[in-house]
Amino acid sequence: MALVEIRNVSKIYHLGGEEIRALDDVSVDIDGGEFISIIGPSGSGKSTLMQIAGCLDTPTRGTIKLDGAMIQDASPRQLAAIRNRKIGFVFQFFNLLPKLTVLQNVELPMVYGGASSSERRERAMQALKLVNLDNRTKHRPSQLSGGQQQRVAIARALVNDPKIIFADEPTGNLDSHTGELILQLFRQLSREGRTIILVTHDPEIAAITPRRIEIRDGKIADTVDATLAGLDRFPLQPTP
Amino acid sequence: MNFWNAISVGLKEIWAHKFRSFLTMLGIILGVSSLVAMSALVKGMEVGATEALIAVGGLQKLRIERGDVPIEQRHLQDQSRGLTMDDVYAIQAGATLVSKVSPEVRVPGATLSAKGKVTRPFICSGAWPVVLEQYEHEVEHGRMFNEVDDDQARSVCVIGTGIRDQLFGSPEEAGREINPIGETLTINGEAFTIVGMFKHYESEQQRKARELGIKQTFSRRSRDRGSFVYWLKNNTVYIPLNAAALKFTASPEGRSLGGGSTDPSSLTVSSIEVRLSDINQINEALQQVRNILFSTHKGIEDFSFRTQEDWADTIKAFIRNARMSGGTIAAISLLVGGIGIMNIMLASISGRVREIGLRKAIGATTADVFTQVIIESVVLALLGGLMGLVTAVGLVQLLGQLSPTENDPIISFTALLVAFCSSVVIGILAGLLPAFKAARLSPIMALRYE
Repeated sequence: MALVEIRNVSKIYHLGGEEIRALDDVSVDIDGGEFISIIGPSGSGKSTLMQIAGCLDTPTRGTIKLDGAMIQDASPRQLAAIRNRKIGFVFQFFNLLPKLTVLQNVELPMVYGGASSSERRERAMQALKLVNLDNRTKHRPSQLSGGQQQRVAIARALVNDPKIIFADEPTGNLDSHTGELILQLFRQLSREGRTIILVTHDPEIAAITPRRIEIRDGKIADTVDATLAGLDRFPLQPTP
Repeated sequence: MNFWNAISVGLKEIWAHKFRSFLTMLGIILGVSSLVAMSALVKGMEVGATEALIAVGGLQKLRIERGDVPIEQRHLQDQSRGLTMDDVYAIQAGATLVSKVSPEVRVPGATLSAKGKVTRPFICSGAWPVVLEQYEHEVEHGRMFNEVDDDQARSVCVIGTGIRDQLFGSPEEAGREINPIGETLTINGEAFTIVGMFKHYESEQQRKARELGIKQTFSRRSRDRGSFVYWLKNNTVYIPLNAAALKFTASPEGRSLGGGSTDPSSLTVSSIEVRLSDINQINEALQQVRNILFSTHKGIEDFSFRTQEDWADTIKAFIRNARMSGGTIAAISLLVGGIGIMNIMLASISGRVREIGLRKAIGATTADVFTQVIIESVVLALLGGLMGLVTAVGLVQLLGQLSPTENDPIISFTALLVAFCSSVVIGILAGLLPAFKAARLSPIMALRYE
């Protein structure tokens, strides 16, 4: 059984009487431990797919099974709980809270999950160790470089030991060298057996994942156009 | 997210914008402190007024005086005989709702003199010894005259400290206590021996002023009614009823001992003081006394009642008005403070859209966000409220310092509690709208927000 089963999912917006199909009858299965990228130009619907799979949004039609539970009809409260325990997000703009220290930022998901303060501290330290930032716990995000900030965000995504990590353009706000380091971190996490879904418009980044799904006009493109995306230059890497 | 976490987040948010938060709280601070200070001032006035009211015998005392005969009874006027000892005995025997009765025979135009000094007392009356309790008098030096003195119409008197000050000098000027017991003074030429002196009566404020060494001129004009009460109590002379009857009632008006008769019960008295057993039955007691007097006066209504109720009502009305106007001002500034909080919370929310979106993305529920905003707003109001209480205490002390002879403002626990609770309520109300707005934010929109 797949970790995520997306079946015939559509997301329809109504803008000024006009119907916009952000997602149109999409079906995807993602297995546990997969490292997969969702690629597509902006406005293609890739972010919508991520948001629906990541329980930030609900589909207009279709069903989603996440870790064995159907979630398309879940209440906002249930969705919040699923996001808290099973999903980790990494965003393009890091979205760290500037007034909190690095440690407090990483602890934040556990604050809503209801862990004791000593447990929060311990687990946050472990997560920071994973991203090699356990020496910066007392710093504010503004005192860190972009790459460091993104690593804090990754630690925050990892801290509740989620089933899936969604990374939405995680390198979009970093220079190419730092971006490369972040991607290496994701690769390492993938080797450790985590399920990672990378959302990007950049084929070079998508190239590092063994499996890619291309979204065009709200639909899954039949095949990934390797030449168009420039993927022919990046041979697929063997799955670990 | 538990409650304490939410509070600490709220405190951090407030601390991060110290100046802004302080300005926001200012409205609440002003509201709370004006509420407390106002109620303290009113309470002080109330206590001062009640003190004075008790000093004249309280609400339970009422006075029966000779009154004009009503128009429909004018033709019976020649049968009116005024208040006599008959009435006193009748009330004593028949009025069950009355606990004490005492007659008074005023010495008309009394002039006191001793050692070449002359003064006119405010009250100079013949009375029974029970007058002590009727007027809440306390004898500090010597003794009150007793029933034997009264029976034998002895020439003794009990004086207030005001009389002593006039005739024998005041201790303030002499620098030592002056005790005139055993001295002789004359009332309208008749010699009386001083057997007792009352204690010095003064309001709490006068006492304080005296201790502070502030010199006060005790002129009658410049006093409010409260301290006038103490002044007149100090300027009182009492002599035994029978002594007054014997020596002073053979006046030209002809109100003598029953026109030469020796019957003491027909003695005309100036007024009768009555103390009620139960303040709640004032109307019933008045009716009872009225019925008795109608029977002894053959139905002629040549008497009237004077109670302290009018005075008490005036005090109550004044206190109510002061409380109303002060309360309105405080309520308005609390309202303004609440609007300030709402305004700043709304601004704070729109500045933190991304933060709210992120919190939701990592698992905060709508309720979590709602609670966080409400708690932040309540913490703001609460801090404002606490500061307001501290300010209020300072303000009240300042008021007390500025005018030490006025009634001392009294901070009541209830006022503090009410002010504090209203600041919390304001905080909750002011937080509702911003909290709704924040909680309704969709995490997708919020995270996209730049």
